[in-house]
Amino acid sequence: MSKVAEVFETLEYGPAPESAQFANEWLDKHGRAFGHFIGGNWTDPAVGVSFETANPATAEPIAKICQGTVEHVEAAVAAARVAQPGWWDLGSHARARYLYAIARKIQKHARLLAVLESMDNGKPIRESRDLDIPLVARHFYHHAGWAQLMEDELPDYEPLGVVGQIIPWNFPLLMLSWKIAPALATGNTLVLKPAEFTSLTALLFAELCQEVGLPDGVVNIVTGDGETGAALVDHPDIDKIAFTGSTDVGRIIREATAGSGKRISLELGGKSPFVIFEDADLDSVVEGVVDAIWFNQGQVCCAGSRILVQEGLAEALERKLRARMETLRMGDPLDKTVDMGAIVAPVQLERIESLVEQGRSEGAEVWQPSWSAPREGWFYPPTLCTNVAPSGTLAQIEVFGPVVVMMTFRTPSEAVALANDSRYGLAASIWSENINLALDVAPKIKAGTVWVNCTNLFDAASGFGGYRESGYGREGGEEGLLDYVRLAWEHGAPLAQEPTANAHQEQAPSDGTPAIDRTAKLYIGGKQSRPDGNYSLPVYAADGSSMGDVGRGNRKDVRNAVEAARKAQAGWAARSAHNRAQILYYFAENLEARRDELTGRLAALSGDAEGASTEFDTTIDRIFTYAAWADKWEGRVHNTPFRNVTLAMKEPIGVMGAVCPQAHPLLGFVSCVAPLIAVGNAVVAVPSGVGPLLATDLYQILDTSDVPGGVVNIVTGLRSEIVPTLASHDDVDGIWHFGGAEDARRTESASTGNMKRTWVSYGRARDWFDHEQGQGQEFLREATQVKNIWVPYGE
Amino acid sequence: MSSMKTTDSIARERAARYPATAGAVSPVDLHEGVRNPGMPLELDWIREIRVNRSAVERRAATLGTRRSVKKEWQAAWLLKAITLIDLTTLAGDDTPGRVRRLCAKARQPVRRDLLQALGMGDESVRAGAVCVYHAMVPTAVEALAGSDIPVAAVSTGFPHGLNPLPQRIAEIEASVAAGAKEIDIVVTRGHVLTGNWQALYDEVRAFRDACGEAHIKTILATGELAMLRNVHKASLVCMMAGADFVKTSTGKESVNATLPVGLTMARAVRAYAERTGYAIGFKPAGGIRTAKDALTWLILMKEELGTGWMQPNLFRFGVSSLLADIERQLEHHVTGRYSAPHRHPLA
Repeated sequence: MSKVAEVFETLEYGPAPESAQFANEWLDKHGRAFGHFIGGNWTDPAVGVSFETANPATAEPIAKICQGTVEHVEAAVAAARVAQPGWWDLGSHARARYLYAIARKIQKHARLLAVLESMDNGKPIRESRDLDIPLVARHFYHHAGWAQLMEDELPDYEPLGVVGQIIPWNFPLLMLSWKIAPALATGNTLVLKPAEFTSLTALLFAELCQEVGLPDGVVNIVTGDGETGAALVDHPDIDKIAFTGSTDVGRIIREATAGSGKRISLELGGKSPFVIFEDADLDSVVEGVVDAIWFNQGQVCCAGSRILVQEGLAEALERKLRARMETLRMGDPLDKTVDMGAIVAPVQLERIESLVEQGRSEGAEVWQPSWSAPREGWFYPPTLCTNVAPSGTLAQIEVFGPVVVMMTFRTPSEAVALANDSRYGLAASIWSENINLALDVAPKIKAGTVWVNCTNLFDAASGFGGYRESGYGREGGEEGLLDYVRLAWEHGAPLAQEPTANAHQEQAPSDGTPAIDRTAKLYIGGKQSRPDGNYSLPVYAADGSSMGDVGRGNRKDVRNAVEAARKAQAGWAARSAHNRAQILYYFAENLEARRDELTGRLAALSGDAEGASTEFDTTIDRIFTYAAWADKWEGRVHNTPFRNVTLAMKEPIGVMGAVCPQAHPLLGFVSCVAPLIAVGNAVVAVPSGVGPLLATDLYQILDTSDVPGGVVNIVTGLRSEIVPTLASHDDVDGIWHFGGAEDARRTESASTGNMKRTWVSYGRARDWFDHEQGQGQEFLREATQVKNIWVPYGE
Repeated sequence: MSSMKTTDSIARERAARYPATAGAVSPVDLHEGVRNPGMPLELDWIREIRVNRSAVERRAATLGTRRSVKKEWQAAWLLKAITLIDLTTLAGDDTPGRVRRLCAKARQPVRRDLLQALGMGDESVRAGAVCVYHAMVPTAVEALAGSDIPVAAVSTGFPHGLNPLPQRIAEIEASVAAGAKEIDIVVTRGHVLTGNWQALYDEVRAFRDACGEAHIKTILATGELAMLRNVHKASLVCMMAGADFVKTSTGKESVNATLPVGLTMARAVRAYAERTGYAIGFKPAGGIRTAKDALTWLILMKEELGTGWMQPNLFRFGVSSLLADIERQLEHHVTGRYSAPHRHPLA
């Protein structure tokens, strides 16, 4: 029987291999050994230590890659530093031309890049060909546009300088593009370290940069493992580290860079919920699960690895999923009929196997299709785990493999609670045909991206990034671009002269009737409360006379304040922006009524009556500014190339710590608290230690102005005693700290427990009276995070 | 690398265990070879149908990019596609001569020398049916005598379906009497658009009764049903009313067989099979012109319903020009040279 006649009967699929010929020719041309790309030149691959990169589908080595040393990193950073001013001076249009040329180059070599990616990473050629590489080109096109527009649209901004970028192995070239395109568009130069398992496409990319004539040193590629990455992170002449990878490594980077003044953006792990309501299109849900967890063998940071299904639907879904899993095809990644390729490396395969075994030992029912995965190479079959409790290992730990757990819920609110029962907050997927339900749930899930009736859609116009321990910063869209620039005034801002508290001077006792003693307490949950320790601290006027005492708060007071803020935050955020604006205006109105008293206080503290009056006026003005912004700090609709709306919503970060500047005790306090509450955060504020009474004077006014209890909490005391507790508190979502350089280091370092967002001043001076420096969009951006909600439409 | 196995051998074993359901359909006991008797109209089921257009379109768009058949596999699949073709002529200028020519092509759709070169027997490859208007049924029956190729007649006021009901029923009876073994009826789109499922059910039930032993294919005219949800619901109602096949289009609507519609109908067929155990056929019609299109539709069937649904009893292409492109591709497979239309006999 001929093969044709045989297949005519069986109707099976045959092999449909994509040729590796051109990729192999490219590798051979380089002798299958690669150096680093530094300052426009290639280092000699024969010099120094190198390691093998392997094809995960065959376990065979395909090329030798150099291990980058401290010296290589040094040379690359130096080359980038030299190139940076020239690259910025080229101007918007010239940079746009380069980025456009890179995008075109990628399209012209699309298949070579795709094949090489699949050989090095093990992902199916369909994905590298139809998803990864087209998205890479799209990212450079989109950012060619940003390069063109930067001079006109971001006139107050300048590049950060030299950026260090460290990318993972799951989407090697795509992650490279997410890092490089915005950096180049905004006039930065960079040193990028690809993951050691998957360096090849980054090296081919470097060749393409040479071909388009990109100036030497603008893009530098140093290959190597975590040690090379650490050398980059530690390099003193780096202005920003952009990292995508595990939360553990992200935490190390935060710790290592604490206090250095380096900006960091971290795109970390996830355990993303995939929420299915009973009115979803179940057949489409099944394909959604395929795209959520079996895309790229589940090695996707935003993989929908936790299925949460409404209880009545669970049985039908499980039946359909099992049937679908039987028809998935696993095998040679270069076969065009393959859904799932290989796991990137043995270490990853072992991790998946051991986590699944652990899940099984905890009682999970582990189901895999009847077909078996290929034996050669590193393969792991699609896996569905049921009978898993939220406390189970497989429900908590990021597997980074084709393993999904399925749990049930009863009501939408329970679905939200389960979805948010995670340290992570990268992405979520919601399936329902009821737009009321979907758009009610989407804002309630803590995640940077929410896909409604779809999953794993990406685009350069839409920012991608996490909440919680999934990191901070965005990649894509305007929100991502702004992570690569700073306001020009910040450049070279002088170090601040930290004011010190007035000292006590002996005063002659006054005769006559003394004033009634006033006791300033802490303000927690809308109530004045005595400090837990029941100690006080004295406050002195400029002339050394006593102005009174303030409570000496301790760690328990911080704990209580955070709890009060947590209780109040959701309700405050749910209020309309108009209502928050009204309350802020009312606050200004009531404050104005106590002008004489507060300017008197300020004058006594500083000994400068005129300055006190100016500070008071500016404070009122500032509150008006944020009352004005409250209903204008709004989101966008991104133009992503799908039939959908991508809603970029600006959401409050949540519970925020605000360590206010020591100088200007009234203006500094209001400049921190007003923007935070205007956009819906609840605040635990640590006021100026010099003039804490200016803050405690405000709590009566906050009460009078209908600010709900718990929205603003004030904890006075010694900063050394309360700020560490606040900065390390795992239920605080972010912290601002305007203080010295050492303060910045401590606070950034303390933030790593829950990877809270930080905004610190590194001891740099900020003119709080100046509108550009003391208020505005920078503050609002630091008070919010962007959530992108993708809503496809069409009936 | 090239020796690496994929998972097909396993799929084949599965196919042996569940003949009609190689994987895609949850294992159910299908009533093999038993005609769908229909069932009472179940409105609760109809009401709960949900189809997300965007999600269906995304799946449809990747069916042809997730799978590919090449070389011998492609030739075999294309030969199979020929056996699934309802070779169709539905034009106002049809004549007995034209219909006889079509029937000859149905008997011998591919040049004998090509079949030999492909290792296929002479008798193995012929069209699934010939599909004509009622007036041409006697000619077609006569021209196909002794071939086992059924004649299908479009009926019930095709393509609009708005003639008086007794007339539409009489039309079916006349075609059956003239020897048609398959009747392609059109439904009243208005019943779908107004959500009058009872009327749709009654109409199809009446047509089915009129068909007697002849198989009934219900044409939904999906291009006029506005929403995929309607397509799924109408498919289900037709199956409940006893349809043997559900068919997308008359070929006369401005939008005919599209993959999202096909995917929706295939899923309706699957849902019916899983609920009742009866396997219903599916026929996309109109707009399928290239060999590549045909392969994509076959991939859709294999992925969503399994290899059992790639046979003439459960799948047909309603096409007029597809065959010409398939013939050229087959010759290319045999000779390695790109072919030309005039090297293949006209229908």
